[in-house]
Amino acid sequence: MEFDVKARDFSSAGESSSAFRKTLLMLSVPSDIVRRASIAAYEAEMNIVIHSYGGKMHFEIYSDKIVIIAEDTGPGIKDLELAMTEGYSTAPKEVIEMGFGAGMGLPNMKRNADVMDIVNHDENGTKIVMTINI
Amino acid sequence: MKLAEVREILKAEVLCGHERLSEEVNTACGADLMSDVLASKDEKSLLLTGLTNVQVVRTAEVLGDIICIVFVRGKEPGCEILEMADSASIVVMKTDYPLFIACGLLYKNGLNCGSDS
Repeated sequence: MEFDVKARDFSSAGESSSAFRKTLLMLSVPSDIVRRASIAAYEAEMNIVIHSYGGKMHFEIYSDKIVIIAEDTGPGIKDLELAMTEGYSTAPKEVIEMGFGAGMGLPNMKRNADVMDIVNHDENGTKIVMTINI
Repeated sequence: MKLAEVREILKAEVLCGHERLSEEVNTACGADLMSDVLASKDEKSLLLTGLTNVQVVRTAEVLGDIICIVFVRGKEPGCEILEMADSASIVVMKTDYPLFIACGLLYKNGLNCGSDS
């Protein structure tokens, strides 16, 4: 499954994660796995909406694992260590007013994924690959 | 605690999901930061918030274990929010109490939060 994610489109933000969650439920994936995968996907999708110029969410579902790939064009992550610190945020005020941008996204993705690789995070964009074992 | 009891305690108005008031909630979460709700370690069956945007419903939907959202301080969610909640089978109420008081009243009446309290 692959979905386009638009930058700053807050009204449809989360739609791909919601569709992904419904698919996992349809496939009778255990509920705790569905919860973790949905949260990781939603945080990644919101990051694309908030921080990038747009991107894609790509989901692969296997019998033993789920792979979530979030890829965007954008400014990248300037300081990865800081970005992984809970509470550190570069989100603008309008995003914080929406209830996001509290500096919990990347740490929360890491917490919910079994493996999280930030493949690249340069000025051309960011690619994050998360694997959740079933 | 049944949702009908939540409605009584908070003197709340049910905006959608009237037919589900007999359902039970075991835990509650009060937050205006959806990031905090997503970072919670335990299931929260009831979400109290002062935020009225579609991402509140989306957060509840993605978590999958929030069956009711209560908007506090008399805030009125828009049609888009109610339609999204209805299609996700999430009950929506509003109360005039502020967030702190609403949480306190439910806590005093026996509703607790999850294991990350």
